[in-house]
Amino acid sequence: MHDDFHAQTDAIKNDAVDLIYANSFDAAMLIRDKGFLPLVKAKGKSDEAIIAVNAENLVEDVAHLEAGTKIAYTDDPDVKMMGMIMLEPADLDASNIESIVTSTNILVAKKLLQGDADVGIFLAEAFDDLSKMIKMQLRVLVKSEITDIHHSFMIGPKLLDKREEIQKVLLEMNSCEKGKGVLSSLGFDGWETVEVDEMEFMIDLVDALST
Amino acid sequence: MINDMNPEDIVGEFKEVSLDLYDSISRKILYTDIETPYPDGKLIVSTTTLKGIITHVNPSFIRMSGFTEEELIGAPHSILRHADMPPAAFKDLWDTVLKGDKWQGFVKNLRKYGGFYWVKATVIPNVRQGEVVGFTSVRRKPSRTKVNECVALYPTMF
Ligand SMILES: Cc1cc2nc3c(=O)[nH]c(=O)nc-3n(C[C@H](O)[C@H](O)[C@H](O)COP(=O)(O)O)c2cc1C
Repeated sequence: MHDDFHAQTDAIKNDAVDLIYANSFDAAMLIRDKGFLPLVKAKGKSDEAIIAVNAENLVEDVAHLEAGTKIAYTDDPDVKMMGMIMLEPADLDASNIESIVTSTNILVAKKLLQGDADVGIFLAEAFDDLSKMIKMQLRVLVKSEITDIHHSFMIGPKLLDKREEIQKVLLEMNSCEKGKGVLSSLGFDGWETVEVDEMEFMIDLVDALST
Repeated sequence: MINDMNPEDIVGEFKEVSLDLYDSISRKILYTDIETPYPDGKLIVSTTTLKGIITHVNPSFIRMSGFTEEELIGAPHSILRHADMPPAAFKDLWDTVLKGDKWQGFVKNLRKYGGFYWVKATVIPNVRQGEVVGFTSVRRKPSRTKVNECVALYPTMF
């Protein structure tokens, strides 16, 4: 595991990984330039983003935010991308916001609570995992419902002949107690197969969104 | 398949016009002043063949367009063509994507019920093993400022 997104991306560039749980951004490079193939994704899960403000903030609608808004987010590229798209209805983009980059979603929440940021962009799942105390002091303006963007477990060119075997092991993980335990600690109850076509579709989608 | 619009489907008072579409298709459309707001946080996604025939739509596409999936798959994408959209916009779209580039623009789309909705669309070529095999369009919520600019600009482009 790599503790930040850049370290992981560098490891991919240097061909230092053969198995990887990758976000949709890295998936593009892995599939198109590095010869990786998808194995599985978390069943029924997708990566979504949430735009939230301090509960005391009077803004009702993202469209009412103004240029110069201070926006806190982590360095997770797909969450930032989804969040920035949800801010476009207010004509906000990289050129007219004040960015506050943090290393975790909890720190994004802190920036809102301390009044250092006006708006926070969260990975939806991480927002849901914030404590009740913190969530009570925040208000969600909008949550994405994209459904087609997700992390995927992927396999590198050196292991391709083992693809089906590894896929099978992963898909059967929820049929034994130990596997179930591992899955539930990851926050879902099984894997599902990801086909190459589905992956290509997601990569095109992310490509279109990052423009 | 693309048919003339059916007065029975239309909600509200409507105007009528005939559009000349690609492949010598002529289509009678009926359209109203009723705008459906773009849903927050959602993307409207479709894919087409190289000729613009719809091959995939997501649930938001179905909901916003008002058509069923069966009506959409196999139809030319101009099934959403609104009379207020200048032909030059779509010429630019096709010129751009056929060159292999991305196209981005603001589009007023026609609903089955005669109403409309504005989107910010990005169309990209689907490249597989080095070949363009189709196109994907991903729409997101546009800003009102940008929509108002188009409302002023588009009528001058005919
Ligand atoms: C991927 C893709 C998505 C498109 N989406 C739309 C759309 O949402 N609305 C629309 O009017 N035209 C859309 N078009 C353009 C149509 O194919 C068509 O050019 C346009 O409706 C004008 O009709 P005509 O070319 O028959 O004159 C799309 C084209 C492509 C390739």
